[in-house]
Amino acid sequence: MALIGTTVPARAQTPTLKIGVLTDLSGPYKDIAGPVAVACVRQALEDFGVAGKGMNVEVVSADHQNKADIGVSVVKQWIDRDGVDMITEVANSGVGLAVAGVAREKNKVYLNCGAATSDLTGVQCNPNTIHWVYDTYMLAKSTGSALVKAGGSSWYFITADYAFGKALLRDTSQFITAAGGKVLGSATYPFPGTTDFSSFLIEAQASGAKVLGLASAGADTINQIKQAQEFGLKMTVAGLLVFISDIHALGLDAAKGLVLTSSFYWDHDDRTRAFSNRLKPKAPSVRPTMVQAGTYSATLHYLKVAAAMGVAQAKADGAATVERMKAMPTDDDAFGPGSIRADGRCLHPSFLWQVKTPAESRGPWDYYKLLDTTPANQAFRPLGEGGCALVKA
Amino acid sequence: MFTILGIPGPLLFGQLLLGLINGAFYAMLSLGLAVIFGMLNIINFAHGALFMMGAFVSWMLLEYVGIGYFPALILAPLIVGIFGLVLERTIVSRLYKLDHIYGLLLTFGLALVIEGLFRNGYGSSGMPYRIPAALQGATDLGFMFMPNYRGWVVLAAVVVCFLTWLIIEKTSLGATLRAATENAPMVQAFGVNVPRMISLTYAGGVALAAFAGVLAAPIYSVNPNMGSSFINTVFAVVVIGGMGSILGSILTGFGLGIVEGLTKVFYPQASATVVFLVMVIVLLARPRGLFGKAV
Repeated sequence: MALIGTTVPARAQTPTLKIGVLTDLSGPYKDIAGPVAVACVRQALEDFGVAGKGMNVEVVSADHQNKADIGVSVVKQWIDRDGVDMITEVANSGVGLAVAGVAREKNKVYLNCGAATSDLTGVQCNPNTIHWVYDTYMLAKSTGSALVKAGGSSWYFITADYAFGKALLRDTSQFITAAGGKVLGSATYPFPGTTDFSSFLIEAQASGAKVLGLASAGADTINQIKQAQEFGLKMTVAGLLVFISDIHALGLDAAKGLVLTSSFYWDHDDRTRAFSNRLKPKAPSVRPTMVQAGTYSATLHYLKVAAAMGVAQAKADGAATVERMKAMPTDDDAFGPGSIRADGRCLHPSFLWQVKTPAESRGPWDYYKLLDTTPANQAFRPLGEGGCALVKA
Repeated sequence: MFTILGIPGPLLFGQLLLGLINGAFYAMLSLGLAVIFGMLNIINFAHGALFMMGAFVSWMLLEYVGIGYFPALILAPLIVGIFGLVLERTIVSRLYKLDHIYGLLLTFGLALVIEGLFRNGYGSSGMPYRIPAALQGATDLGFMFMPNYRGWVVLAAVVVCFLTWLIIEKTSLGATLRAATENAPMVQAFGVNVPRMISLTYAGGVALAAFAGVLAAPIYSVNPNMGSSFINTVFAVVVIGGMGSILGSILTGFGLGIVEGLTKVFYPQASATVVFLVMVIVLLARPRGLFGKAV
């Protein structure tokens, strides 16, 4: 028996790192995240060269159906049964916050890219969570203050009548007022269930405001922009949460002139173009949204840290891995150089874009021109103001 | 500027007109439902999905074949109508002898399947569809800025609703149809092919939904869920108008559009709820609906 023991090669079994992409594969956020987000994670594996570095990395994905209970049970199963070490994407703030709790409880790594709520790095922050791409504070600040600077001094809002819409309205109004602008009024519409916004558009026009702020998302925003065009609204329209997939759905005829905030645009510089072109074979018909590009950026950074600290160590302690991720500066083709703060907020610049007219656009997906940049250190909520317990430590 | 109840007159007129436009969609959709329920006794929950298919088929015609809006107004209802015919022959027809609830569950399931397939194939954020060049632009009515396309929607809806009502209530074909609903074996005995007639009626109701879908494509987001946001309100319209009443669903559709428009002036937060409030009141006071026959 002893003989057999010595003849077996002394090659240690390389542990497999498992990444779980929890996303919306069938519902309203499918196009902003969904299958292309999974493709972006695979792209990160390829670009990092896991095979060449002797690492085994597996990617699994599941549909959270925008239900917190389903998201939580998938993640628990992933961790307990399948040995998943890192969870990423998770569009939908409700599911996003619920999963953060599970990652904390099981001491795994959680890199959220798709959820909007700034609570992930505020009152509900935890040592296992990093919030990568954007949040409501960043959207409100960039769109609110930058647009006032650009001459949009008076605003009227169309607001979805639920927590998300009201939070956006409140935060953006603060930045508008702080920048010297004025909010002249707001129409609150029932959510969900409103498809026709013409009444609100006419009231907005009658208010005499220069900017129409859309505190809404998804199909509602698309309908609002389409109908604003139809009614010949003579205002600058500012979408507070608009993705490039929405612009593609609208077409430039309807979306031209719209102002929006995004932390990523595929055609921004040579590095973003290089990343997007590498992704092309995996997602031939689209260009990535900021959420999808974020899953690439987050996964790449995670792999760098896991390789540096050793896969076995990374698997053993999620909080320690996140600690190392915060210590190492981030840098990748999609988001450029950046860093991660103590509260788990990933810092990078935010950009204010305007949608091109059909005449300015050279073809499909050539949609944005840059209006303004908020530098990384000013784009997000100041560290002390979020109420995150990790900050005091 | 004059005011009515503290609201500037032009704003009020504007909202009334917009309500009428929305009412046009409610009328067309509830009309199809009323035809199908009145003639087949099927509560067609797949109506929203078929409305969505109408919009999608017109988008596909433009995208893949290069066929524009006006031909699509005829072709899309035809294509979706044939799809409805196949559905009716293969699946829905098996349930005529059973209670309403079975038809409701089946068509609800069909709607989920159809919407799921479209979401899988075309994503969730939707497709762009331009307003046809001939209907672009707007007319200044003095009290409001009226997009030409919206005017066209009201006109098209009124014509289609009137024609449907005419066919069912005033022609011999309609008379036979109504007779077949009352007593199918008797009508069959006169040599009328009742099953075929029923199938065509279902297809006709479906085509009405698809027609509304084509009209909706340029102004609403063409996405797989577009029907589900309409369907609840439309069912309320049918119930208020009286299940199966053709004229009832048309008048109620336009009327509730206006009520909704007025609510948007006085208390916008309630504009999605007001239709259901009316439904509750009508059901309490007159359970068969405003235009329904006595049960």
